[in-house]
Amino acid sequence: MGYRTINEANEAVIQKIIAAAPFLTDVVPAKSVIPELEDCVLLHAGPPIKYENMTDPMQGSCVGAILFEGWAEDEKSARELLENDKVKFIPCHHVNAVGPMGGITSPNMPVLVVINKESGNEAYCQMNEGIGAVLRFGAYNEQVINRLHWMKDVLGPVLSKALKTFDGGLNVNVLIAKAIAMGDEFHQRNIAASLAFLKELSPVIASLEDVEKEQRTEVIQFLADTDQFFLNIAMATGKAMMDAARTIEHGTVVTAMCRNGENFGIRIAGMGDEWFTAPVNTPQGLYFTGYTAEDANTDIGDSAITETIGVGGMAMIAAPAVTRFVGTGGFNDALEISNQMTEICISENPNFVIPTWDFKGACLGIDARKVVETGITPVINTGIAHKIAGYGQIGAGTVHPPIECFEKAITAYAEKLGFKG
Amino acid sequence: MLYTIIKENTYKDSIVLMLLSNKLSAIDGVNKVSIMMGTPANKDIFKSSGLGTDELEKAKPNDIVIVVDTDQEEKVDEVKEEVEVALKGESESQNTSKGQEAHNWKRAMELANNPNLALISIPGQYAAMEAENALNEGLHVFMFSDNVSKEDEAKLKQKAHEKGLLVMGPDCGTALIHGVPLAFTNNVNEGDIGIVGASGTGIQEVTTIIDRYGKGVTNALGTGGRDLSTEVGAITMLDSIKALNQDPKVKVITVISKPPAEEVQRKVLNVLRNIEKPVVTLFLGDKPSYQEENIYHAYTLEEAAVVSVQLSNGDKPNFEPTTAENVNVLLKDSQVGIKGYYSGGTLATEAAMLVKDAFKDEISEEKKDGYILKTKNHEIIDLGDDVYTQGKPHPMIDPVNRIEMIEKSVKDPKTAVIMIDNVIGNGGHDDMASALAPTIKRILDSARQEGRKLVVLATVVGTAQDFQGYEKQIDILKESGAMICKTNDQMVRTAIQLVGGKVEQPILDVQKFEYTQEDLVVDEKIMSLINMKPSVINIGLKSFTEAVQNSGSECVQFNWRPIAGGDEKLMKVLQFLNYYEGGTI
Repeated sequence: MGYRTINEANEAVIQKIIAAAPFLTDVVPAKSVIPELEDCVLLHAGPPIKYENMTDPMQGSCVGAILFEGWAEDEKSARELLENDKVKFIPCHHVNAVGPMGGITSPNMPVLVVINKESGNEAYCQMNEGIGAVLRFGAYNEQVINRLHWMKDVLGPVLSKALKTFDGGLNVNVLIAKAIAMGDEFHQRNIAASLAFLKELSPVIASLEDVEKEQRTEVIQFLADTDQFFLNIAMATGKAMMDAARTIEHGTVVTAMCRNGENFGIRIAGMGDEWFTAPVNTPQGLYFTGYTAEDANTDIGDSAITETIGVGGMAMIAAPAVTRFVGTGGFNDALEISNQMTEICISENPNFVIPTWDFKGACLGIDARKVVETGITPVINTGIAHKIAGYGQIGAGTVHPPIECFEKAITAYAEKLGFKG
Repeated sequence: MLYTIIKENTYKDSIVLMLLSNKLSAIDGVNKVSIMMGTPANKDIFKSSGLGTDELEKAKPNDIVIVVDTDQEEKVDEVKEEVEVALKGESESQNTSKGQEAHNWKRAMELANNPNLALISIPGQYAAMEAENALNEGLHVFMFSDNVSKEDEAKLKQKAHEKGLLVMGPDCGTALIHGVPLAFTNNVNEGDIGIVGASGTGIQEVTTIIDRYGKGVTNALGTGGRDLSTEVGAITMLDSIKALNQDPKVKVITVISKPPAEEVQRKVLNVLRNIEKPVVTLFLGDKPSYQEENIYHAYTLEEAAVVSVQLSNGDKPNFEPTTAENVNVLLKDSQVGIKGYYSGGTLATEAAMLVKDAFKDEISEEKKDGYILKTKNHEIIDLGDDVYTQGKPHPMIDPVNRIEMIEKSVKDPKTAVIMIDNVIGNGGHDDMASALAPTIKRILDSARQEGRKLVVLATVVGTAQDFQGYEKQIDILKESGAMICKTNDQMVRTAIQLVGGKVEQPILDVQKFEYTQEDLVVDEKIMSLINMKPSVINIGLKSFTEAVQNSGSECVQFNWRPIAGGDEKLMKVLQFLNYYEGGTI
């Protein structure tokens, strides 16, 4: 199919995103849907990166994943495997997946399965482990590994069974639409969506006859405790939506944003699978007591896929409760940020209507041209990891992609179309 | 010792910064200081004025750069503070009228109410691209910006013509659109004389004289100085003439320009010969040798204005040049020189033309240093020439260069008479008369002490409706000892008479010419531009917005800054993608 102008191509991408029909259908072991995940293969967040260039939390996640998989007995031998290139790394994004923070995903970790019924493609994301010492922030103590095993043995299978009772899975757009009206923006705040999810799942889980009562209680308790559980569902949803949009293969709409602690990477529709990277920034934000900006790790994680679909920082105005937590001056600043984001977006998403924004739809379709033209880069809401593995999250705030990514992307695309500058 | 201060990502217009440079220069203990945006061209200016530093190289086009030359390091902080205060004041005043200001085209088009005109005053290197954007949005364009290539100008005007739009400029200083003043313009009465002019101060001189004769101008369309070049082919002038011809409210059409390329002149005259309304032309620099039945060829600006008034009154053209009264000043034999220090380029050109005509002196043709005329006795300088305005404000808003020139000329014993123009109106200095008066007074005093007479002639280009006040400006200059002339024509002839010369006014026979039929139809969009107050998007200098709004017209301020941070390659990439029509993607 041909498009006469970039605007036409972009419009096709927009329509593809609006039409997306994401359904959460299952939770399965990663290796069962990602054949590349053989033994000694790990997925990581962001554009491709070598182990030695990973920041400490990401390296810590690798150690944790190896211990969880049992490829090594202890940290020392896990590090040896890693340092001697015995572990192969693949970016999550290359295998239909996304991963929060370090994004380290190993073969036996359970992943959420979101199907975009409009295009038939699937996307995967591991489940949220909760807060505190967790693998995604680089912690790998016994408690962390035990939890991962519980998630593999109990949480994953129970949710799988529960989800299968829904004909065709759970319609995620419906959950998002509900939760956005309850003050979530799906990156910093997911409590409403997590509760809406729990509301759908708890009666079903409670009635699962082939699951022991104790396990049913554990699962419901875990979901009730995990405010950010929905974030990972939102991420897989974003990936499923944007991978479908990528099939248009034309135009300047940003189809992925992610970071690996070393580089920020973006993709645009017209350049298919190619990454355009530049060194990441460090988030600005508020810190838990006892921590300062000095302790912050550089920007990391695939979660910026949520901003790619126009929620998260782009929809800051949707979540009054966190407008200050993310380091802005409150509601008016959040309004200004969201208004500013409209200047770099093509359209608005009628599926994600924001009541606090006078019922405007969430921003849709970041146009790399407009980013370069205006110098306005997308706002990403993010957790802040301690730069030393094991401390976990130390704060939250916002971060911007380096503009060079967008400059490189549009230049490459113009050259592809015959620009000779 | 040089100190560099860089303020990242803060864009300010060059005029704002140049005025600030002036202010900073006044700080005691600062030898030299300059504040500019960090564009490659500006960096060269820093270097060439001895303010080049290594840090300077790090500045980007969207950064403000200040380089201070001082022997006292503590002065750097003082400069910094001044800059902060000045820039803060600027942005605070912007905030008060916020809500109606745009930062990009999309927003500007949303805010504006049926906009039909873009007023562009951004740096030349970006102006052509924004003019193209304006045309793509269906807007007529008034380009105040200069430094636009002739090739771009021709391309833009061709495109505009095809779309039924008008491009005034580039380097267009003045226009009145349905009574609304654009850029450097005087507030004149509305009336039935329609003007098309290539030169800014030429239009100002002619419209203000017409105003003083009690007649009016509703539309004065600027074309820019190169419109009549072979490459551009008078596209704007021809469309403008046709539009004024179609307008039933226009009785007389007055055309002002420098002498154009021969084939272009032929083309313009052929169109004019098709027109039934009376026409006055002034190809300033050409001494006319004939008239036509319906076309009066004037020799000077005053003549063009006076004859236009006469024709508008239904009278026969009759122009008698005058000199000022009371010019019987006894000069020493050595005092034979006329010195003209002009802020208006066209006025300077007219002065040079008349002086040359009177003395037929051997003219050194070198045009360098802004000299319009330099003979062994006389000199006429256009201080608005690029030589004087590179990195400095125009002499219409900054008196510094003229004060220097006047003081220097007094040291020359040959100097008999000094001529100064004071162009007031929108965009001009608040009170140029008061800025120049102390210097005039001082040099007249010092000449008197040396036992010689010296004459300072001045003319004020403006009307009673201009905010500086025409009479007030005259009074201040008179008070300082200057002799006031009503027009530039009168001032130059007075000066010439003082040193014993005279300009012969041409006596003209009426000749008849053959002409070919022309299609005089002009696009509806151009007609509606001149038939109602324009709704303007002002891209650049904010003071232009105020002038337009004060005249009761709608104007949206577009606080422009270079797209893509001023990176030229990225700008080209964006232009390529934005206008890509390959059909292959």
